[in-house]
Amino acid sequence: MSEITAKQVLVTPIFENNPIALQILGICSALAVTSSLQVTLVMCIALSLVTAFSSMSIAAIRKHIPSSIRIIVQMIIIASLVIVVDQILKAYAYSISKQLSVFVGLIITNCIVMGRAEAFAMKNPAGISFLDGIGNGLGYSVMLISVAVVRELFGAGKLFGIEIFSVVNDGGWYVPNGLLLLPPSAFFIIGLFIWALRSWKPTQVESKEYELAPQTTSMQEAH
Amino acid sequence: MFEYYLSLFIKSIFVENMALAFFLGMCTFIAVSKKVQTAIGLGVAVIVVQTITIPINNLIYTYLLADGALAWAGLPNVDLSFLGLLSYIGVIAALVQILEMFLDRYVPALYNALGVFLPLITVNCAIMGGSLFMVERDYNFAESVVYGLGSGTGWALAITTLAGIREKLKYSDVPQGLRGLGITFITVGLMSLGFMSFSGIQL
Repeated sequence: MSEITAKQVLVTPIFENNPIALQILGICSALAVTSSLQVTLVMCIALSLVTAFSSMSIAAIRKHIPSSIRIIVQMIIIASLVIVVDQILKAYAYSISKQLSVFVGLIITNCIVMGRAEAFAMKNPAGISFLDGIGNGLGYSVMLISVAVVRELFGAGKLFGIEIFSVVNDGGWYVPNGLLLLPPSAFFIIGLFIWALRSWKPTQVESKEYELAPQTTSMQEAH
Repeated sequence: MFEYYLSLFIKSIFVENMALAFFLGMCTFIAVSKKVQTAIGLGVAVIVVQTITIPINNLIYTYLLADGALAWAGLPNVDLSFLGLLSYIGVIAALVQILEMFLDRYVPALYNALGVFLPLITVNCAIMGGSLFMVERDYNFAESVVYGLGSGTGWALAITTLAGIREKLKYSDVPQGLRGLGITFITVGLMSLGFMSFSGIQL
């Protein structure tokens, strides 16, 4: 394996190897918190910090963890970090913490954190693991923030709660698309983002599971 | 009384479906839904684990962690609720491990059927989410049993349905970039829209 540079570790997870679009990790929270941009931003910061610090701590003690109990050790480190984040949010941003409800706690089971700890931090030194955590957090954030922008802008005509399009109910011209505020729209938006990303970078396209037979126009020739 | 529990059960299966209304357990939901057979195996495992862990976490919360819960030990002023996250995940990890050993010893047929999915359940957000919702909504012990069973069943139902759709979907001609993950997301979105029609149902 070639030398891993800091830039590589930071940048590749954003588009080349996006945790959500390609690795199918951490989708749970991606869908549920994206109806407002402010909440999404808090979630992204929380997740990036937890991933970065957990990767760093696990990498620092990686040579002392017996492999049979490594999952438990990783879990405990992650859970402690999440408790810290949860308490800080409760203390300084109570209303946002209420809106995020169980999803802050669910960072523990977010596969990105576990996945990076297992796949990267167990094999690499602390510094680069920290950057890897930040990079994957960024990849997650890019995806989440784009979804949140679409949902809040077209669903409510606002960004960060500030009016961008004046909606019809307040005498404006924009008819908000209520569907975008409902949970299922997040699936469609992420699906379309994946489509866009894969059209841009065709190497990520999945191979066909099942090849359709070509239409047989000349049946007689076969006989 | 019975009607109340029935209503809670139905509500946790359809109206508040773990996968399609709260998007919990999505990672496994999307990764392990290519075949109906495996989806059913995972679904059963989730039901079992969910039905056991939520009531146990409920007991732990009421008798150890909640504000003033340690009164029986002579410590009425202790509030350990900040340790919640750590304890729940510990309980889930330990229970999954115990369940695995128990099934291996006494019900090998089920153990073989569940296979690799049992350990995977530890990191399934649906289980953790169930426990957190239970605390947030102040369920008592009986309610948490019903809620655990219902939410597990709902999740199992959702993953089996999705697997059924995906088994047929692989024969269709999907645009290149949308193939695989993309079309799965859109399918789940449509399913979720369908499940939204259950919202507001009261028994």
